[in-house]
Amino acid sequence: MIALPPGSASQLRCCHASGCRSAGGEALLQALQEAARDTGGTLTVKGVGCLRLCGRGPLVAWDGPGGTALFGDLRPAQAGDLVRLASPGDHEERRRDGQGSQAGSQPARGSDPIVPSTDQDTGSAAPGGAEAQPEAAMAALASQRLDLEQPFFALQRPLVLEHCGLIDPDSLDEALERGAYAQLQRCLRELSPEQVRAEIRLSGLRGRGGAGYPTGLKWDTVALQPEGPRYVVCNADEGDPGAFMNRSVLEGDPHRLLEGIAIAAYAVGAERGYIYVRAEYPLAIARMRRALAQARQRGLFGGAPGTASFQFDLEVRVGAGAYVCGEETALLASIQGRRGCPRPRPPFPAQSGLWGAPTLINNVETLATVPVILRMGSEAYAAIGTPTSPGTKVFALSGAVRHTGLVEVPLGTALRTIVETIGGGSLEQPGVPGGGALKAVQTGGPSGGCIPADHLDTPVDYESLRALGAMMGSGGMVVVDTGTPMPLLARHFMAFSVSESCGKCVPCRAGTVQLAALLDRFVEHRAEPADLQRLEQLCAMVRDTSLCGLGQAAPSPVLSTLRWFRAEYESGIAGP
Amino acid sequence: MSVITLSIDGQPVAVPAGSSLLQAVRAAGIRLPTLCHLDGLSPVGACRLCLVQVEGVSRLLPACASEASEGLQVQTDTPELREYRRMAVELFFAEGNHECAYCVANGDCELQDVAVTVGMDHSRFPYRWPNRSVDASHPLFSLDHNRCILCTRCVRVCDEIEAAHVWDVAERGAHCRIIAGLDQPWGEVDACTHCGKCVDVCPTGALFHKADGTAEKHPDRERAQHLRRARDQHEWQHR
Repeated sequence: MIALPPGSASQLRCCHASGCRSAGGEALLQALQEAARDTGGTLTVKGVGCLRLCGRGPLVAWDGPGGTALFGDLRPAQAGDLVRLASPGDHEERRRDGQGSQAGSQPARGSDPIVPSTDQDTGSAAPGGAEAQPEAAMAALASQRLDLEQPFFALQRPLVLEHCGLIDPDSLDEALERGAYAQLQRCLRELSPEQVRAEIRLSGLRGRGGAGYPTGLKWDTVALQPEGPRYVVCNADEGDPGAFMNRSVLEGDPHRLLEGIAIAAYAVGAERGYIYVRAEYPLAIARMRRALAQARQRGLFGGAPGTASFQFDLEVRVGAGAYVCGEETALLASIQGRRGCPRPRPPFPAQSGLWGAPTLINNVETLATVPVILRMGSEAYAAIGTPTSPGTKVFALSGAVRHTGLVEVPLGTALRTIVETIGGGSLEQPGVPGGGALKAVQTGGPSGGCIPADHLDTPVDYESLRALGAMMGSGGMVVVDTGTPMPLLARHFMAFSVSESCGKCVPCRAGTVQLAALLDRFVEHRAEPADLQRLEQLCAMVRDTSLCGLGQAAPSPVLSTLRWFRAEYESGIAGP
Repeated sequence: MSVITLSIDGQPVAVPAGSSLLQAVRAAGIRLPTLCHLDGLSPVGACRLCLVQVEGVSRLLPACASEASEGLQVQTDTPELREYRRMAVELFFAEGNHECAYCVANGDCELQDVAVTVGMDHSRFPYRWPNRSVDASHPLFSLDHNRCILCTRCVRVCDEIEAAHVWDVAERGAHCRIIAGLDQPWGEVDACTHCGKCVDVCPTGALFHKADGTAEKHPDRERAQHLRRARDQHEWQHR
């Protein structure tokens, strides 16, 4: 998965991104750091960003002399065992003086209220037990070791996530060692803004926020506006249910994003930028702010020495966490201190955005791809993926699938490869009637749709998904099994749209409420025959007349499930 | 002043450059229903009643918030638009508590007028009957949230014409409601100048004079337009 840095000492990389933290990753990291103090510096422990197989978190990667090993489902109580495993010399020494298990488990004692302390954990075993207990602990760890050759890792092609999980996100030095800001410096030294834009245009990169608008074209539109102030905005208001791609970049490799934003600013002539992050991402906010402070301190932003021609500074703006604020005009209103409501377009933000000035808005993943394109060259990047959807895309794979987590693959990869090979297929659910078999894949969150299981060979690109009534969205991918009724799934997403509508326009504000009520009737098998027609008519009305993308896309989960699973709606109609 | 020509429902129309599509539609003598729009206030495109089809544009455009341009082919009255308009009015009626017989605006209500215009004689959607309050704390006026359709004319007239910004919108989605001050009783908001412009521009019986009884509301919706024009043309400038 992640190559061991040549000549490096043995190290443990513990994921302390949000996913693993929610499973106890932070306590594990602390326990590992405490346990490693006694190793005399032969072993380093550091917190890193997402290690991708989130369903098995907390995850720890061990880079040792023999390569890299990955462990999952760890408990803080296992920190000592893991440290002893990673520092074998130390381990032997401790075993000889009979303190092995005690030293190993000391940091975890009492730190995990869920896992009860055992004799093995506490080291208070009967005389002679110290020899046997570590063997059992090692066997337990061995069973938690994950195969890095398994398709989940082997079939991925991390470009955006290449350093995520490898570097300490709080360390600018580590990022610099991996080449951070090299492309920014190169742009400033060697390339004109026009040349940078040409590279992005030729790469064929399309916006990763969902709509897939050509990024180069958007950059050109902003750059070619009349003289005057202009802005760059990074849309980090990720709010789709089941999506955490952007969060992983923000938490795992913040300098990559900062570099991408700075390059974009240089390319379009902006002197000021904003990263708009929702308040629900406190860790991402903290890491972005720290990274920004580090970059400023080193003079990478704000008029760095030797870069007099490039004056650029950034600010992290925290949004209250309204889904609609991911819509670009609502996001701009929110940055300006106004209520986060969309406005009709045109004018588009590229023409008139923040304070009426031309404003470039790109998604996190889009901007994080920019340094990769410049490093590889547009031609090499365009060769990945398909001719109309080049490059890689990060997906957040979740739901009824065996391996859940982050998956970065070339666009055009078959959905079956992602779900069945990389994801390991649907999760068996013994005891759930009909549960277990893969029924559909929901892509694109509340704006997207369902792709039925018999279309799994579809290549995942912008056009193919749209043709099936789904969409790429920002990359959420929820696997649905046969135990899930589709009207219920549609109702779930509609409830989200109802609660997240800004309330400005009537189709979205009142139409989604009526759609949710109609769906209730199908879910509860009390619909009337006329309700089906009413549902379709109202879906069309809300889709065609809503002011912004939230309302326009809100009926998509209903329309796509109606298209592929109509019989389930018909069975929701009450008999005479 | 440059003039542009465009076609509205097949009829050629000439309007000054910079005109909105709604102005062009009206110049063609076509009555296009609106609720959130009021001349003199900034357009917001929220009620979606003035949506029109423009040839070559895949999405429907709100005429009030879209600029007319040379050579546009605009349709205002297709079967699809008629159906959508009617559905929007049904949604308005179903989301609030609009009982005309007990309303101060009965007979002088724009929502009522629009319902007649689009031929809405009943709603296909069940009424939600939300539990909404009445604010009678102001000495001169009252706010009945039951009649409010969230057109935000009051918000805009108070901000853009009176410059007091007493009104705003709180909450989201179906919970949206108009608030005074920092969500205070209207009568306790010091910024309110008691000018009554919000009452004048309200299209329904949501804002009304306390003295008004049933079917007695007498709004003055042209006042905002007159004030904006007078201000823009410096009619009150001291010599």
